[in-house]
Amino acid sequence: MKFIPVTESERNEMLKVIGKGIEELFSAIPDNLRLRSSLNLPPSLSELEAREKAVKLEKVNKELVCFAGGGVYDHYIPSVVEHIIRRPEFYTAYTPYQAEVSQGTLQAMFEYQSMICELTGMDISNASIYDGATALAEGIYMAIGATKREKLILSEGINPRYLEVIKTYLAKRYQIEMIPLKEGVTNPKGFEVDDKTVGVVIQHPNYLGNLEEVSTFVEKAHAKDALAIMSFDPISLGILKTPGELDVDIATAEGQSLGLPMSLGGPHLGIFTAKKKFVRKMPGRISGKTIDHEGRIGYVMALQTREQHIRRASATSNICTNQQLCALTAALYLTALGGEGIREVASQTTQKAHYLAERLENAGFELPYNKKGRKSFFREFVVEVPSGANRAIELGLKEGYLVGINLTDFKDEWKNHLLISVTEKRPKEEMDHLLEILSM
Amino acid sequence: MKILDELFYTEDHEWIRQENGEIIEGITDYAQSELSDIVYIELPEKGIEVHKGEAIGTIEAVKTVSDLYAALSGTVIEVNGELEGHPELINKDPYDTGWIVRIKISNPKELEGLLDAEEYKEIIEGEE
Repeated sequence: MKFIPVTESERNEMLKVIGKGIEELFSAIPDNLRLRSSLNLPPSLSELEAREKAVKLEKVNKELVCFAGGGVYDHYIPSVVEHIIRRPEFYTAYTPYQAEVSQGTLQAMFEYQSMICELTGMDISNASIYDGATALAEGIYMAIGATKREKLILSEGINPRYLEVIKTYLAKRYQIEMIPLKEGVTNPKGFEVDDKTVGVVIQHPNYLGNLEEVSTFVEKAHAKDALAIMSFDPISLGILKTPGELDVDIATAEGQSLGLPMSLGGPHLGIFTAKKKFVRKMPGRISGKTIDHEGRIGYVMALQTREQHIRRASATSNICTNQQLCALTAALYLTALGGEGIREVASQTTQKAHYLAERLENAGFELPYNKKGRKSFFREFVVEVPSGANRAIELGLKEGYLVGINLTDFKDEWKNHLLISVTEKRPKEEMDHLLEILSM
Repeated sequence: MKILDELFYTEDHEWIRQENGEIIEGITDYAQSELSDIVYIELPEKGIEVHKGEAIGTIEAVKTVSDLYAALSGTVIEVNGELEGHPELINKDPYDTGWIVRIKISNPKELEGLLDAEEYKEIIEGEE
């Protein structure tokens, strides 16, 4: 669709037709709220001047070697991904509103859903929602709708930023019980499920990077007909058991690591999957494949009666959109890599992370949750920096390194602890140099 | 529009057949024709306690969805499991094989608040 600005003469013509002046049309706005002067803007620039200004601004950005993660990871993006998403047929952030006209877009959605189901081993995926945090919060909301219960049991190993979103969603209407961490993992004995419990919510690998004993939590939840809800790391599924294999009921994730740039935190991708029996309670859009009256394949928006524009007040979610371009990006990334590629990325990521952890430990650093012999983490781990986490971050920036996330603000016991994350992009030299920075 | 004389009705377009302290509930011919093609029904669980006017299930048609309300308070003693595979029975035969739920009522006084065929007819004539 083209954007056609209205000209002065067209505006006058329209006003003539309706027989009103422009002031009359705005008369409903109280006078003290009206802007009477021009907008405070600098003078206009020529294309050349504007470009020079933008280039200058771009140069202020620093390219950093990234060891920070916490849900957003610096993976390599094959160039084919960007080539395809930039095609004008696809290049829109939005879900189509006259959906069935855009068969290609619906097919892309359908392929994305199919790949996510294959990756996760879950029955159903929607066409994506905003990000990992909203996906988990929506998952919890759906579980409340499905069980009609009121108590939630949440692991303290969930990303603290996600916990904030969850608490905002649930406001004060539901009872929340937190399961404390014990030596960096959620204590499987630290909670009791009862018949008021909606579900047990866990992140695996957890925020500190450690692997959780997911089956124990799933079994405890199911024993009381409560649900098991898990936030996962899509790349980790290259080597870890899938949520489907773990018998999880609702599994959600941040999908940024599937081919999306980190871009200062967004736009990202909320992956939302569930067992089939919950399909009529799922939030967001779902694309379905069918045949028309001549037997030709066609794609449609499926099960729209779940959605707020039809179900109104009794809908379980108010999300009626998806992250179309980001979902397409993830589908392209998965296509480019294939099953073998994902396994390779996962395996290199974890091997490199373990190499770095070992180097740090051998150099005398304390890894409080991964002491010798106990190294069940995927890509992230916590290290104590006695000389100060902030100091390490400052030193790193001077060297062009983002050394990790400072955990000091989250919990007292994490004072001067860094959360360090590794991906397949980090060569040995960068990891060795990180050790030098932390030792300064 | 078919309205059976021997049944009772609610303003939400449910019909009620009374049988010795129990009721059978479904949706009326008018309701099914307003919804058109019904594709899915979410039934309440057997054994749960329900209160008059409470949403106990949902009826989903191609283009819309509607809640099913308990016509009276009581305990759900049976649901029409046939509807899970054949929700279209409600369209074809709303007053017989398309029945939805059987409730053992806990407050017989509530029966007095139901509409008879004549009163229900006036309601749908008002809506049309």
